[in-house]
Amino acid sequence: MDTCPQTENAQGQNPNGNHILITKNLNAYYGSFLAVRDVNMAIAPNSITAIIGPSGCGKSTLIRCFNRMHEVAHGARVTGQLLLDGEDIYGTGIDPVSVRTRIGMVFQKPNPFPTMSVIDNVVAGLKLSRIWSRRRKMEEIAERCLRQAALWDEVKDKLKQSGTSLSGGQQQRLCIARALAVKPEVILMDEPCSALDPIATLKIEDLMHTLAKDFTIVIVTHNMQQAGRVSDATAFMMMGDDRAGQLVEYGATKQIFTNPKDKRTEDYISGLFG
Amino acid sequence: MPRTHFKHYLQSMQEELLVLGSMVEKALARSMEALVNRDIALAEQVIADDKLIDKKRYDIEETCIELIATQQPLARDLRLIVAVLSIVVDMERIGDYAEGNAKIAIMIGDEPPLKPLVDLPRMSKKAGEMLRAALDAFIRRDADAARQVVIEDDEIDNLYDQVFRELLTYMAADPATINRATRLIWTAHNLERAGDRITNICERTIFVIVGRAEKYRGLK
Repeated sequence: MDTCPQTENAQGQNPNGNHILITKNLNAYYGSFLAVRDVNMAIAPNSITAIIGPSGCGKSTLIRCFNRMHEVAHGARVTGQLLLDGEDIYGTGIDPVSVRTRIGMVFQKPNPFPTMSVIDNVVAGLKLSRIWSRRRKMEEIAERCLRQAALWDEVKDKLKQSGTSLSGGQQQRLCIARALAVKPEVILMDEPCSALDPIATLKIEDLMHTLAKDFTIVIVTHNMQQAGRVSDATAFMMMGDDRAGQLVEYGATKQIFTNPKDKRTEDYISGLFG
Repeated sequence: MPRTHFKHYLQSMQEELLVLGSMVEKALARSMEALVNRDIALAEQVIADDKLIDKKRYDIEETCIELIATQQPLARDLRLIVAVLSIVVDMERIGDYAEGNAKIAIMIGDEPPLKPLVDLPRMSKKAGEMLRAALDAFIRRDADAARQVVIEDDEIDNLYDQVFRELLTYMAADPATINRATRLIWTAHNLERAGDRITNICERTIFVIVGRAEKYRGLK
């Protein structure tokens, strides 16, 4: 895409026209293999952006570039720019760990730390990044995050139990609470509901709408309907002839789902392939 | 409650429908007022405001399409959205009838009155009341109230027959009245059609509640 489309926030507006995340000519490689090619997109603050597309189109690779998780894989590298609040997170001297504090991530499968209690799971990130002080303070933070993750009422009587004792949906909300504890600006979600039942999925989706008031959310989903339900903006990716994933179309979800500009988007949305 | 975001949008879609309803009701009342008082400026205002009614109809329609495209509505939610898609067409059309009557008011201008207008204002008032009751039944999902409104349309039909017969008498007695009488027949016809559109709204309400489309006819 040549231009970065204006996206809308959760209220359907982006009054300042500002963007919290901007990618410029972003390429992601595994060794010499180009996995994602030349992505240009701009994400509005307090919006929910969904990345959709067929399997293998580079959705997860792209989102992992957003908080420098991609380069964790052996031989993986990124070229181009990714601006967070105007600062290139791939710039010289930028610490990937500090990037991941500002851009949190929730994964496909709920992954609470099995040996930790519910409360310790929530504050694990704080302990790791040494931005914690007193036990009492931690408990306050844990309660705030569990409330924000709409989990407090369900776990307030079992804070000392193992995180893995919770149901799948609760575990995923626990992981969201854990991501919130370090006060990120952006939360990345890589197919956060694919291991959950429909009710737990709807709870996470409702939670995303609530969280978008305070955070910016980017979600990768293979579930097109979910993208429609939750997101303000949608990015459609697919694999090009060179097998590199590319951004085909990016715009307001309403437009992508009712009047896509690119025939490939229309075919995918209409279920003709994928 | 799950899907709070979707439910919120459904709620606001219905609130917008009520706004459209009040715009249409106002257009009906003002067009008759313009006709009775020979108020050309008011008639022109009704005509201008019809564009706002049209816009509101398309805005609501767009919301419905967006909800169908993105929210996968099913069962009653789906019926509700489909019903709203149909109801906004009926409401916009009632707005057109009001606009039509405003244009007739302008055409009549300062011609000498054929007769004092009694039944036409009664028809207009009844149509306004029925529209309000139909929307109330829709919002409350009250099938009995919707059926009652359908029955009340007989009153408008009876008034229309009465007006029509009376104006025919005028025209038969004095061909010089044909122009003026014809305009009043058009007015009555517009109001009679408005009544029919309101019964359509009631049928859509019943569709939302019982889950099947049924054609209701009044007592006649």
